[in-house]
Amino acid sequence: MSTTAVSPIDEVKSTPWSGGRSPFNVEYGKMMMWFFLLSDAFTFSSLLISYGALRFSAAAWPDASLVFQSVPGLIEHGAPLVFVGIMTFILILSSVTMVLAVEAGHRNAKKEVIWWMIATVIGGFMFLGCQALEWNHLHSEGFWWSSIPNAETLKEFFRNGVSYHDQALSAHQFANLFFTITGFHGFHVFTGVLINIIITVNVLLGTYEKRGSYLMIEKVGLYWHFVDLVWVFVFTFFYLV
Amino acid sequence: MSTETTEVHAEHGEHDGMSKKRIIKVALILSAITCVEFIIALFLVPKGIIPGNVANPIYIVLTLFKAFYIVAYFMHLKFERMSLIFAIIVPILFIIGLILVLTNESHHWIDLRL
Repeated sequence: MSTTAVSPIDEVKSTPWSGGRSPFNVEYGKMMMWFFLLSDAFTFSSLLISYGALRFSAAAWPDASLVFQSVPGLIEHGAPLVFVGIMTFILILSSVTMVLAVEAGHRNAKKEVIWWMIATVIGGFMFLGCQALEWNHLHSEGFWWSSIPNAETLKEFFRNGVSYHDQALSAHQFANLFFTITGFHGFHVFTGVLINIIITVNVLLGTYEKRGSYLMIEKVGLYWHFVDLVWVFVFTFFYLV
Repeated sequence: MSTETTEVHAEHGEHDGMSKKRIIKVALILSAITCVEFIIALFLVPKGIIPGNVANPIYIVLTLFKAFYIVAYFMHLKFERMSLIFAIIVPILFIIGLILVLTNESHHWIDLRL
């Protein structure tokens, strides 16, 4: 640029990998959210993989279409997957409203951001409500951490005849894994809803309008989508497979 | 200097790439995949059209498709810089390693119980 001779060593470095600027080109908080989610992905993976390993090595496993076949308050028997289907669609829809909030944030449209965030929070509460009903239903059947239904009820959850000893063993594992993994996921949904509420209040107060950017919506959006992503896997491995 | 400003502009253009139309398209794809999973689980497997051990890999592939659409479009990773994409995706390979090790191990556990 200037005509004075600068030796190559003294030139200011500006390329991404030489220290001039971040090679990731994302804001600090957003990058940290990504790395937090990566570590969270490891936690969920180890839970789900140990579930898989225990299930692979079991003589029999409670059949999902026999354990989960009621819609609490409406249908007692014979509706496998219907209730969890509703839960899945609620979570996908709340993920969609979250991206719409992010999209509105890019346009600095405060009103739209507020409405989409409120929709996302409502979706989160609906999912938590369904989760509570699902837990309550399983609990009323006798499942809980390290507790299983009596032998008579337990027999109905298995398709192929195996000994009571094998049934009790895998039912214990099933109960512990189900409540631990869906509980850990539910806790993530709960904190996600809390964070979403805080961010919505901040939008209402005009914090991000003053800041000039709605990047914060994007960051909590990442967390919320991750919760949806985990549910996709929990749904497949607990209810379908 | 001029190359840097154009680069920023190009990236900004990609940020706007997640339009409402595209969001709805991805949402429809996710719903459609979920519906396919339900059709398999509620009709095709109980009627014996697809055996259970064939259905399971299908579920897993469909789940991975859903995961791709959520991470790439909803979480916007597809539009980030390549270095961030690799920083997130490459560590996931360790998870595949754990899956391989523990599925192998679980087959050994069966023998221990017999």
